[in-house]
Amino acid sequence: MNFDFDSNQKSLQSEMRRFLEQRSPVSEVRTVLDGKRPFQESLWSELGEMGYTGVAIDECYGGTGLGYLELCLISEELGRTLAAVPYSSTVYIFAEALKEAGTEEQKQKWLPKIAKAQTVACFALEEGAGSTPLQKIKTRYADGAISGVKKPVVDGQIADVALVVARDDETENKCSLFIVDLTDETRFERTQYKSLDPTRSLASLNFKMAPADRLGVPGSAEILLSCILDRAAVFAAFEQIGGAEKALWMARDYSLERFAFGRPIGSFQAIQHMMADMYAATVLARSNAYYGVWALATQSDDLGLAAANARVSATQSYQLCARDAIHIHGGMGFTWEFDCHLHYRRSNFLAVQYGSLSQWEDRLVRQLCASDGVEID
Amino acid sequence: MDFDDTREEAEFRARARAWITKNAPHELHTELVNAPFGHLDLRSVDAVQAARQWQSRKARDGWACLSWPEEYGGQGAPQMHTIIWSQEEAVYSRLGAPFLVSQGSLGPTIMTWGTEAQKQKLLPPIVTGVDIWCQLFSEPAAGSDLAGIRTRSIREQDGSWTLKGQKIWSSGAREADWGVILTRSDPDAVKHHGMTMFFIDMRAPGVVVRPIRQITEQSHLNEVYLDNVRVPDEHRIGPVGAGWKVALTMLTNERITVGSHMPTGFEELFSLVNQITQSGVPAVYDRSLRSRLAGFASRANGLKYTYYRALTELSRGGEPGPEMSIMKLVAASTMQEIATLALDLQGLRGAVVQEGMDDNDDRFQMMLLRSAGARIEGGTDQVMRTIIAERVLGLPQDMRADKGIPFSAIPTSPNQKAPAAAE
Repeated sequence: MNFDFDSNQKSLQSEMRRFLEQRSPVSEVRTVLDGKRPFQESLWSELGEMGYTGVAIDECYGGTGLGYLELCLISEELGRTLAAVPYSSTVYIFAEALKEAGTEEQKQKWLPKIAKAQTVACFALEEGAGSTPLQKIKTRYADGAISGVKKPVVDGQIADVALVVARDDETENKCSLFIVDLTDETRFERTQYKSLDPTRSLASLNFKMAPADRLGVPGSAEILLSCILDRAAVFAAFEQIGGAEKALWMARDYSLERFAFGRPIGSFQAIQHMMADMYAATVLARSNAYYGVWALATQSDDLGLAAANARVSATQSYQLCARDAIHIHGGMGFTWEFDCHLHYRRSNFLAVQYGSLSQWEDRLVRQLCASDGVEID
Repeated sequence: MDFDDTREEAEFRARARAWITKNAPHELHTELVNAPFGHLDLRSVDAVQAARQWQSRKARDGWACLSWPEEYGGQGAPQMHTIIWSQEEAVYSRLGAPFLVSQGSLGPTIMTWGTEAQKQKLLPPIVTGVDIWCQLFSEPAAGSDLAGIRTRSIREQDGSWTLKGQKIWSSGAREADWGVILTRSDPDAVKHHGMTMFFIDMRAPGVVVRPIRQITEQSHLNEVYLDNVRVPDEHRIGPVGAGWKVALTMLTNERITVGSHMPTGFEELFSLVNQITQSGVPAVYDRSLRSRLAGFASRANGLKYTYYRALTELSRGGEPGPEMSIMKLVAASTMQEIATLALDLQGLRGAVVQEGMDDNDDRFQMMLLRSAGARIEGGTDQVMRTIIAERVLGLPQDMRADKGIPFSAIPTSPNQKAPAAAE
């Protein structure tokens, strides 16, 4: 039994933590929060130079070829520091889609750029409120080009390439994934939305006959998305755990400094017990996420179940820790000045990115039934 | 990261499995599987008798108390062997219920605090299952505030002791041969300093055990009265006045034992939702239910994988981390919520507590009743949260009215005034 990261992986994580403490203090994140710049561009480049965007990319495509365990630890640290970089869109989704379904040419073209953080990708799936089942996708691919409106798209405002889900004219009404270059602004329009978490930008992308390059065989969107989103769920879970633990320990530290009724508020059981519950939630989430990455790294048949399980647990944990961290900080937690709202924003943003909590809850139950050999709709 | 055994562990597992296949009481298998959660009751045989037989068979062939030193009847095996053993023992490990105190918490405490003579005398009969132990800690006025115990131990001229008082919530006291008992030897010392730990012969003159009928209708818990019970000084565990420290050793071991074994009932609930129909289809088709099911599933899984993380530490020869402190807190309340939902899904049938009613017998009803106690025993939910807050998160202790004053001066009722605390 070895249900833990090894010492090399742990030292990579500490290295990453030290790096982010230096290069991405919250004052840097706040420049994005305050709208002074769209994301931490210099941090993004440095992540590439250090090899952090290419940990799960093979060396032949310019990556470091480490793997998913390492990628998860990096995600955890990015979540802890709230780094405002398009890591998840580019690394969790675009790189994984390329690895899974890209042609040699597509891989050669994009993976080395991702590994050096020389490109920013976005993932254009949604077409409005509610979940977007593939049957309802209106964006179309015909004659080598995409037309339609994708909204909202995370990192859509800053991306130079989009992975677009569209109805494929060359199939019987099925969807495929397409790579669309966003450097030619004449073929699409982007409109920025105000984001609940301004450190994660949102936009709409209105494609007008934008040239597109299909990824994978025609009509393979459903199977590819299911596989890629399972992976993203595990990576996101680690990001959420990093944030949840940070929010908990911020609250804990504050409760030792803040005095009321002549003593630290952290000595009141009402406050202690809230934090004990926050702690319990982070432990459960971490253990579940370990199982998720184990399933991912070993290509286990349990991945669908393990990913949903990790995602549900991590989402609940981060939402709980972030909202109760505000509460423990009292009025100060409600100010712009204190950092509590950054976690409150991020936790609720992540809770709906890559499928919302209720969708993952549904998937978890369906996976449990499937592992008993029962299919339910 | 992997779940595989090391080669040595795999070899041990294979040997354990082969022995269990050959020697387990297979005739009890179905009954053990279906026995309701909680204290062990069997219908076809006397549970304690069956437990003793299984234990003695294990001891005979060298499978009992694996991690204990050989000179006291164990095998001196690594902790990991104990874990692998209990995985392989599976449902038969339920026969270990009467030995929870003796093997789970008392044994390790004797190894830490006992004299060599005590180790020699007490540990081997625990291994063979000859001796059953009970714990005599709680009192009517000392539950969560365990250090508030008042059962007196008075030193006699000849060096022996006389014990007087009342203990309560003692599980299995009627079957026990020995009781480990926390007493107050010096009421004028500060609360946590005036206690001493002993063990007593449960059949000694002056020891009276009365069963308590529980909400489950079972009577595994007892009151134990001590009317001038004479105890030789050789039955003292640890130094005079160090009883609280000894008690903490016991409690720490108890929480590890209980927490790692606590089920949540999720598997049973999941079969129920696949089985029971609502508007003609299994309940699991109801999407509004899935959010709750997923929440329970992720908690039950989280507990399982938290336990695996602790095993990883043990496997490396280390100690489990602070994560284990959440186990009982999460498991007990989850079980209560699960039982409540299961009854809801059963409709009015949920109010029927009867075996043979259908495939679910009285499973969820017993779970509902039993889980209320699980949230109290071995540290209430609130005590567990306070432990996490103080020991894991490093938060300061709440203000207390009993600090720094003699135990005898601590108020016990509303009309007593607390003296000014001397810090």
